[in-house]
Formats: sequence, structure tokens, C-alpha cells
Amino acid sequence: MDLNKKFTPETWPDHPETATLEAKNKFVGFWLFLGGETILFATLFATYIALKNSGPSGFGFSTQELYELPLVFVMTMLLLTSSLTSVFAMYHLRNFNFKKMQLWLAITAFLGLGFLMLEVYEFTHYVHLGFTYNNSAFSSAFYTLVGTHGFHVAVGLVWITLLIFRNAKRGLNLYNATKYYTFSLYWHFIDVVWVFIFTVVYLMGVIG
Amino acid sequence: MADVQVYKRTPAEQQLAQRRAKQSMRAQVMMFSLMIFLTLVSFSMVVAHEAGVAGFSKYLIIPMVMLFAAVQVGLQLYYFMHMSEKGHGIPQMFMYTGALLGFLIPLTFVTIVWW
Repeated sequence: MDLNKKFTPETWPDHPETATLEAKNKFVGFWLFLGGETILFATLFATYIALKNSGPSGFGFSTQELYELPLVFVMTMLLLTSSLTSVFAMYHLRNFNFKKMQLWLAITAFLGLGFLMLEVYEFTHYVHLGFTYNNSAFSSAFYTLVGTHGFHVAVGLVWITLLIFRNAKRGLNLYNATKYYTFSLYWHFIDVVWVFIFTVVYLMGVIG
Repeated sequence: MADVQVYKRTPAEQQLAQRRAKQSMRAQVMMFSLMIFLTLVSFSMVVAHEAGVAGFSKYLIIPMVMLFAAVQVGLQLYYFMHMSEKGHGIPQMFMYTGALLGFLIPLTFVTIVWW
């Protein structure tokens, strides 16, 4: 069977993302990758919780004074909504509606971009206050944890932009359905990590 | 790629498939509203604590907020990542192992550092 075989909505498989053996293998590999990512973020969370609020003598920053909830709330809403729009995209993938899928993925990418820009704004704001990366154990743990998440969002944005443009004229087939689907899984994973960041870092930081 | 069998659905089967897809979509939108609701409750509890509203002590809020986060993660996995569908045994095993280690690593660090 040809890799670029054309389908219609009637012949499109129920689970196009895992219809071939190659796709099934990619999925197992992808879940292994997510397992490794979980451990990466677990160690970063552990470091952050252990080093929270600690620094050299005369160190003037605490989580309660530093964090601002309204900004974090807007960021959370942007990322949660982008998770939902990627679900819409996967709905259209299963219905073999390529144009609508591309549209929803583009919306997902824009929401992710908005999130990333707010995060950059937040970090520059902290740096202007004097809370730089090598300011204290607390600041390095904070920037490493939240920054690693932000880096993952940036990687996801590059990934989906490449997919959208590269497949724009090709349409859906069993080769790229897996690629789109694993992106959506990755994006949900990023969202899950953010749920823990806003809870453990920001909400519990504000409570003290 | 020789392992794919192409099957053409009849119009009735196609309609049924589309109706099923729509139903699962509706469930996902419901779950999304629930997640937004949990996020709002989490944030407003912390804001109430900040404003000094009676009854919102931090020993109540911290476990609640952590619980809501865990519920949100469960919803993401089961509804958005389609974990409830058939044939997800291996991903489930990976996720549970990951979740267990993800819980144990912070717990170990915090125990070593703070006790």
C-alpha cells in the first residue's frame, strides 16, 4: 500500500493515527518519551520545592511578594483553551476534515504563542526587580522549572508550525495522521505539567 | 504499510460513526468546562485566603488545590488523551509508572531536605 494513498471520509479508518504498524511503533516510542519527560519534570519540581524561598543572607525575595495571580490566571486560561482547541482538531482528523483540522491547530498555535509571550513578559519583569537566574538557589530553581516548561511550549509551537506548512498541500494520509496526533498528545502533556506548575509554584507560593 | 485493510463504510455506518464522534466531542466539551470551573475555584480560594475571608485557612486550601490539580490531570488523560478507549494497556502502564515516580521523587527530596 502506498504511503500517500488518498482516502475519503468513508474509507478513512476509525483510528487513523494507529492504523499502520509503523504508527503503532511510533506511539510506543512516544509514550516512552512522555515517561522520561515526567521524570524530568518530577526532579525539577522536587528541586523547586526543596529550595523554595532559600537564598544568601539579606536575600529579599519571597514567593508571596513576587508572584502576581492575574497574569498567571490569564496564562492558565490560554493554555487550557489551547488544549481544547487541539481536541477539536483531533475530532476533525478522525472525520477526515483536513481544512478544519489545520484551522484549529493554527488557533492552538496562536494560543500557545500568547502564553509564551506572557511568560517572557513575566520573566523580564522579575529580572527588572533584581530576581535574576543566579540571584539565589530559589531563583535558579524557579527559572529552571518554569523555563523548562516554557521551552517545551516553544518546541511544540515549532513542531506544529512545521506540520501545518509541510502538509498544507498534501492533505491527510496515514503517514501524517500519526504526526498530528502525537503532537496533540504532547500538547496535552504540556498542559498537565502547567496545571501542576500553577498549583505548586504560584497558588501555593502565594499562600506561603 | 501492507498491514492496512481499507474498508468502505456504507452510508448508514458513516452516519453512525459521525454521530459517535459528535457524542464523544460533546463529552469532551463538558469535561473542559469542568476543568475551567476547577481552575476558577482554585484561584478564587487563594484570592479569598489573601483577602482574609474567614474559613479559608491554608491548611484547608493547600490539600484542596492539590486535589483539584490531580482531578484535572485525570480528566486530561482520560478524556483528552483518549485513555478510556480500548487498546491503551501499554500507555496506561507507562503513565501509572510515571505518575508513581513523579510522586515519589518530590516526596523523597522534600523528606531529605526538610526533616
